[in-house]
Parts: sequence; C-alpha cells; structure tokens
Amino acid sequence: MTYNFAAILPELILVFGEPVLMLTASTMGARATRLTTWGTVALLLAATLAALFTTEPGTAGPLFGGLMSADPFAVYGKVLIYLSGAVAIIAADRWFGDDVLHGPEYPVLILLATVGMSVMVSATNLVTLYVGLELNSLAAYILASYRRTDARSAEAGLKYFVLGGLASGILLYGISLVYGFTATTDFSGIAVAFGRDEPLGIGLLFGLVFTMAGLAFKISAVPFHMWTPDVYEGAPTPVTTFFASAPKIAAVLLAARVCFEAMGPAVDAWRQIVVFAALASIFLGAIAAYGQTNIKRLLAYSSINNIGFVLIGLAAGTPAGASAMLFYMAIYTVMTLGAFLVVLSLKNAQGEPLEAIADLKGLSQTRPGMAAALAIFMFSLAGIPPLFGFWPKLLVFNAAVEAGLVALAVAGIVGTVVGAFYYLKVIKIMYFDEREQELATSCGPLEPIFIAIFALIVSPLGYLLIGPLGDWSATAAGALF
Amino acid sequence: MDFPILSAMIAVPLVAGIIVLFLNDNGARWTALLATLANFALGVVLWQAYEIGGDRWQFTEYVGLGEGTLVPAWALGIDGIALMLIMLSVFLMPICIGASWRAITRRVPEYMGAFLLMEALMVGVFAAQDLLLFYIFFEGGLIPMYLIIGIWGGAEKIKAAYKFFLYTLFGSVLMLVAMLYMILDAGTTSIPALMAYDFPAGVQWWLWLAFFASFAVKMPMWPVHTWLPDAHVQAPTAGSVILAGVLLKMGGYGFIRFSLPMFPEASADFVPLVFILSGIAVVYTSLVALVQRDMKKLIAYSSVAHMAFVTFGLFAFNRQGIEGGLIVMLSHGLVSGALFLCVGVVYDRLHTREIARYGGLADNMPGYAVLFLLFTMASIGLPGTSGFVGEFLALVGTYEMSSWAAIVATTGIILGAGYMLWLYWRMCYGTQKNADAAAMPDLSMREWWLLVPIAAVVMWMGIYPESFMAPMRDDVGHLLERIEPAQVHFDARPTEGTGVAAASVTDTATDHKGGAH
Repeated sequence: MTYNFAAILPELILVFGEPVLMLTASTMGARATRLTTWGTVALLLAATLAALFTTEPGTAGPLFGGLMSADPFAVYGKVLIYLSGAVAIIAADRWFGDDVLHGPEYPVLILLATVGMSVMVSATNLVTLYVGLELNSLAAYILASYRRTDARSAEAGLKYFVLGGLASGILLYGISLVYGFTATTDFSGIAVAFGRDEPLGIGLLFGLVFTMAGLAFKISAVPFHMWTPDVYEGAPTPVTTFFASAPKIAAVLLAARVCFEAMGPAVDAWRQIVVFAALASIFLGAIAAYGQTNIKRLLAYSSINNIGFVLIGLAAGTPAGASAMLFYMAIYTVMTLGAFLVVLSLKNAQGEPLEAIADLKGLSQTRPGMAAALAIFMFSLAGIPPLFGFWPKLLVFNAAVEAGLVALAVAGIVGTVVGAFYYLKVIKIMYFDEREQELATSCGPLEPIFIAIFALIVSPLGYLLIGPLGDWSATAAGALF
Repeated sequence: MDFPILSAMIAVPLVAGIIVLFLNDNGARWTALLATLANFALGVVLWQAYEIGGDRWQFTEYVGLGEGTLVPAWALGIDGIALMLIMLSVFLMPICIGASWRAITRRVPEYMGAFLLMEALMVGVFAAQDLLLFYIFFEGGLIPMYLIIGIWGGAEKIKAAYKFFLYTLFGSVLMLVAMLYMILDAGTTSIPALMAYDFPAGVQWWLWLAFFASFAVKMPMWPVHTWLPDAHVQAPTAGSVILAGVLLKMGGYGFIRFSLPMFPEASADFVPLVFILSGIAVVYTSLVALVQRDMKKLIAYSSVAHMAFVTFGLFAFNRQGIEGGLIVMLSHGLVSGALFLCVGVVYDRLHTREIARYGGLADNMPGYAVLFLLFTMASIGLPGTSGFVGEFLALVGTYEMSSWAAIVATTGIILGAGYMLWLYWRMCYGTQKNADAAAMPDLSMREWWLLVPIAAVVMWMGIYPESFMAPMRDDVGHLLERIEPAQVHFDARPTEGTGVAAASVTDTATDHKGGAH
C-alpha cells in the first residue's frame, strides 16, 4: 500500500487549516467571525489551486489501497465544490450582519461540509463514500438549523436530520447487501462482481436498488425529494444558497461514480430506475413549482427539476452522458448561485430579507440591474437560448439520443416547456406587474460583482466556454470509464 | 478576409440595443432610429454586392468554437432567399421604431433595446449556416417578443405573452430533438451540408414531423394558429408589425430551408396533410375574419389565411408554386405590416380598435384613406400590387399539383376581398357616426414617412417583381433539383400538350405556336 499524501493536498489544506483558524478565532473575540470567514475563503481558494495544480491527471491512480482517487473526475468536482462553498460564505457575511446568532462557526461548518464533499467525489470505496457523506450531512443538519431561535430554521434542521438519517440507513442497508453479495467494498471489485452475474442475482439487485434510493435522497430526485422544499424554505437563505450548490454537485458526482464505476456492468438494471427518477423529477419539479409563493421553495423545485435533466445524462450511461452531467452541474451551479445571490441582496419594505415572490413586483423599475440579472438566470434555468443554460440541456438530450433513448429525450424536452412556465412567472412579476414597494438592497461590494460575473457566464458570451469547459468535463468523465 | 457584413448587421443592433438601456427616452429613440437606419444601409449594400447567378452561398463567414461534432460554429452566409428576408427585416425595422415614437411613453429605453435585440436575432436566423446557431437565434427571438407583448401590450397582455411563448417553445423543442438526431446521423452541423445529405426514408417522416411542429406553429397553420390573434391584438403596433412582417416568415423560411431540401421524400408524402390544413386555414380563417369587430384581430386572421397560400405554394413542388410562396411571404410582410400601421394610426388617435367606432374617415383623413385603400387592395391581391404576383403564382403552382386544392384556395381570395373591402367600407366610407372619429386629423409627417416607403415597395413588387425574384431564382432551382426525385402526384393530371398549332385552327395566322401544355 502506498501513501501518496501529495494527491490529497486539497483535503489536507482544509483539514489542517481549519483547527488553526478556529484556535486563533477563539482568542480574537468580536473580530473572530470576520477572521474565520475570510480565512476559510482563503483556505478554499488555496485548496482549489492545490486541486488544479498538484495532481497530474492519470498519474495519481488509486490512493490508500483503493479507498480514494484523485482522478480528473474528483478534481473537477472539488474545484466546483470549493468555489461554490467560498461564494456561499462570502454571501452570508453581509446577510447575517450583526445577527447575534451568527458567529465564527458558520464558515467552519461550511468548510467541514466541503471536506466531506471532497471525500464524496473522491471515494472509490463504499466505506469512504459513507464517511464523506456523513461528514457532509452532519455539518449540513447543523447549518439548516443555524438560526436556532427561529422556529422555521429549527424545523428545517430537524426535518433534514430525520429524513437524512432515514436515507443514510437505506443507503447503508444497500451497501451492506452489496458487500454481502460481492464480498468487497471496493468499486472496482464490485464492478467485477456485477459483471459476472448475468442476470443480476436478487441480493445484488436489492443492494443496487437501496443504494440508488439512498443516493436519490441526497440529490433530491423524485420520489425522495420531499425534504427539499421545506429545508430550502426554513434554512437561512445563505445556507439554502449553499445547499443548492455544493452538496448537489457532490451528490450528483457521487451518484455518477457509483453508477459508472461500481455498477457500470449492470447499466441495464439501474437505467430504468434513473429514467423513472429523471422524468418524475422533471415533471414534478415543473408542476409543483407552479403554485409556489416563496422564492426559496420555487428554487427548490427548480433544483429538483434540474436534477431530473442531469439524470437524463446518467441514464444515457455513456461517456458523453457523464460529460454532459458534469457540464450541466457547472452551469447549473452558476445559475443557481446567481439567482440566490440576487435574492440574498434584496430586502423588502419592512427591511426583512426577501422571500415572497410577490415582493419582486415591479423590480425592473426599482432595481433594473438586479431584475435583468434575475431574468437572465430564470430564462437560463428554463433553458431558453441564446442564454447558456440551454447548452447543458442540449448536451444531456444529445447524450440520450446518442444512446438510443429518443423517447426519454422527447419526454424530457416536453418537460422543459412545462417548466418554462414558472420561470416566466418570475419574469412576469418583475417586468409586467406594477411596483408596490420600494426594495432595498443589502449587499456588500462583492455580491454585485459575483452576480455580474455569473450573469455574463450564462449570457451568450458563455458559448465561448463550450470548448474549454467541454474538454475539461470530457476529460473528467473519461476517468470513470 | 472581406468585411464581415453579416456579422456587422447582427452587431450593430445588438450594440445599440445595449447602449440605449443607459440613455434617456429621447436619446433611446434617436439611437434606435439611427442604428436601424444604419442597418438598413448595410442591407442595401448587401443587396448591391450580392451577385445574382454567382456562388450559391455568399458573404460566408466561419469561426469555429471548438472541436467535435456537437459544437455550434459562428457560420453565416446567405443565398437569395435569405437575402430577401433579411432585406424585409431591416426595411421594416426603422418603420417600427418610427411607429413607436409617440405611442410608447413608458420605459422607452427598454422598449428600444428589446426591438434592437429582436432585429439582431432576426438577421441571425436568416443568415445562420449552422444548425445549432440557427436554433439559438430562432428561439432567442421569443425572449424580446415576450417582453414586448408583456410590458407594452394591451389589457390581456399577460395571457397573450404566455400563450405566444409556450406555444412557440413547445413547437420548437421537438425540432431540437430532431436536430440532435440529424447531427448525430450526418456528423455535421452545417446547414448547406445537411441540405445535401440523404436521410433514411423511414426516419425522414419523424424528422419532418418534428420540424413541422415548429414551423407550423410559427407560420402559423390551422389548427395551431390560436396564439396569433391574441398576440397581435395585445402587442403594441410595432410589435404586431414585426410579428406579422418577419416572425411569421421564419416558419416559411424553415420549410424552404429545412423541411423541403432535407427531407424531400417525407415532404412529398405529407403534401396531402399540408394541403388539407392549408385549405381549411384559407376558408375557415377567412370566414372568421369576416365576423371580427376588432380591426387587429381581423388582420391577424387574414394573416393566417395568407400564410396558407405560402404553404400551398411551397409544397406544390414546382417553380411557380415555390416562387409564388416566396413572393407572398415578402408581400405579406410588407402589406400586413402596413395594415397594422394603419390600425395603429387611428388607434393612436381614438384608442379603440373597434371597427364600429369609425366611419367616413375618407372625409376627414383623405391621405390616410388613399394609403389604406392601396394596402387593402394589395392584401386582396389586385393586379399591380405585390399581393397579386405572389398569390397568382402560388395558385398556378397549386393547380398543377391539385385542382381541388386550387379551387379551395381561390375561394380564399374571394373571401379575402369580402372581409377587406367590408373593413375598408366600414372604416372609410359611409357617414361619420362619431364626432370624435370625424374630428381626427389626417396623417402627420411622421406617419407619411412610415407608410409611403412601404407603399412604394408594394407597387414596385407588383409592377416589376423581377427585382425580387431574380436573386431567388437560382436557389429555387437548386431546391427543385433536390426535390425533383420525390415528385409527388396529387389529383391534378396534367397531360403533355400535343402542341396543336394555332395555325391548324386558323389558316391565316401561320407564325403562332400553340404554347398550351
């Protein structure tokens, strides 16, 4: 067994940087929050650079006897996770303001969650997978109930914890069945076992189904999506921003790795599950969003809807499908972070954080810049060209058509039309309705810059990214096959 | 490399569209007018430089965005058909800006920005030579139009905006799946290459249907036309002009650029479907137009009827039909645009579109009455106007394919004369029933400037259509070559004439050759 610590430098930076930061913060008194915030951002940026430049793709191989891998796939996930974690920390700083409940532990919790996610995307063993997942989840449960005196926040945390615990149990049961019938927890070993049995034995099939169910909970795919709207609504908005980005990336990448690397030979067995989850997520996400009055719930259903499209790429079961998933997650993260940043920077007439969609009425007259940015994100989430959100959707549909799943592509694409309706509703409220109140902005100098950058990425200028991002996601996806 | 004139024609309105957002109302108006006039000037240069009988694709530009099959390229280029439609777009655009000069008082910079964005996307649709680029421009047009209808529309604007957006989006997403299949099958996104690629006959059916879903909605064909009356009635005048003038033409352009050359066999198989839908559209929508009380709605339904002539002509599979369909597209773009402007003129004065509120306008608005009469006649298809040339050719072509279809289609002209003349009579003749309508002043200088150029082109196209047909002739030829093998037979049974010389009938006239075939 070789111990290649250089390959896990990003995780080491985070794991060792944080105690130092926490200890320093404990002696700083009032300025501690500030210190941990910017210190954590610095750590995340350092880890991003480490992930990008220390591991040469292809050379790292299996680490620690096959427990982890630092392949291009993991690197792709880590970079996205660290960067979106950093944005979530920066966005929270101004939003919480002088809230007495806000302290240095917020960035720390986010950082711990990102370490967990980092392990999730690198795991090549069921045990590592579970450890990473739980590290992420435990931090996330606490984050959801971060405003502990707020009943909604506490409720969100509890709900998340109970349902998350249930899902972990299901996943663990699936893992134990898989282990029982393959006698290994190693992904490559499991793949051998799945390839050997034709047709799949009942035990392995159950293991596969339970594992998929547990993972479906984490990516909030229908029918395991119920927690998402409640948790998104109840958690403080910066936390929701975080939940909608980094953990989604990690869970989707994890699901991709399990499906392709461990269960790759059994593609016909899991494809039907994924196809069902994809279509159910697309349509439920689109239809249930229609009646929402809270922007956070709306975005929760939007994320369910988008996960459905990502799953179409997974259902394709090809390198092109995996690459489309990765591309989709990158652009989806940009769009979601952008939309949440706009929501975070607005306060209604009472000076409270904006949550009701109706509060956005006439935003285009009071805050034309913010309204234009949110409109761009909404059109882009709906997948309307010329905005760049169209492109990842095209890629997943292309992967499905290429894999012969034309019916799935047609059904999914009809789903985009259904989904377009509620994105249009937000635009209608901002642009067509007359304003009722003056909205105040409450953001620091950084948020508008982030919003502008994200809006530029999803604007037609984004098409310039097709080459570089396409290559990178193709390389990353190639590591799975 | 030559001056990239097509990119410039996309860039000018795009850049101006961003600039106007930062200007005040008047600055936005003037900037928009100058930008659209500049684009029209570029269009004139383009037409001048277009070499009739030269290369099939001219002014081509190509910038790749990356490696691989599924990567859009900035590939532009035009043939004669695209040239004419681009000319139509850039010609109507300054007129639209002028029509909105006084009518739009709220949020002027955003309005001008939306129109300029629209112009960039329209030019892009007709100039794109890459399948994905075409789709991006084609769909992108929904966004500005949604905003134009939704923000500056009438009382029912929100319903109309949704209906417009979701209807057209639903049509075109099915086309997208077909496009993906085509790209995977042919291994290229280049439109000229795909136009020469032979898809397997069994697949052609599905692909044709998917494209048909998109273009039939855009066109619009019966029974998916119902978004159009709503959108037209609610949109501001200039929005209706662009909608009727250019956006509907994208459907016809789609048929001629994609459906016919890429799936000739399927097109031949589906001729009966197209003819039946067009026949119903002509008769049904003309009858519906007859009973309308709202001027805009009447013209909207007449648009559906006129676009049915286009589909008749394009699917007639012969030169007369296709050229006729193209001329109807151009003519309808001008005439219906002008009619919507005429509605806008009186709407701006009286703020109602109810026909019954007007009457006897020829007395107090003689200039208006003359121009309105000209456009009414052009819409009916009076010889000497553009409408005649197109409709006559389209009907001749249809007759060669199916006499029954031609008979049904011809009733559309009669009904068209009915509803248009009745509209004109109720508006401009008779007694002046309402004092406020009788007190309306005649056209202002600005309104003269909007309507006279269109009137001039309508007459030009009616008297000397060769100017417009010459650039398109070779392209129709290419199309015919492509669809000839799939020649379809309908109920018409043209027989080779035996060439009975006129001489045999009358011995005195010896030099005449009987030309009847």
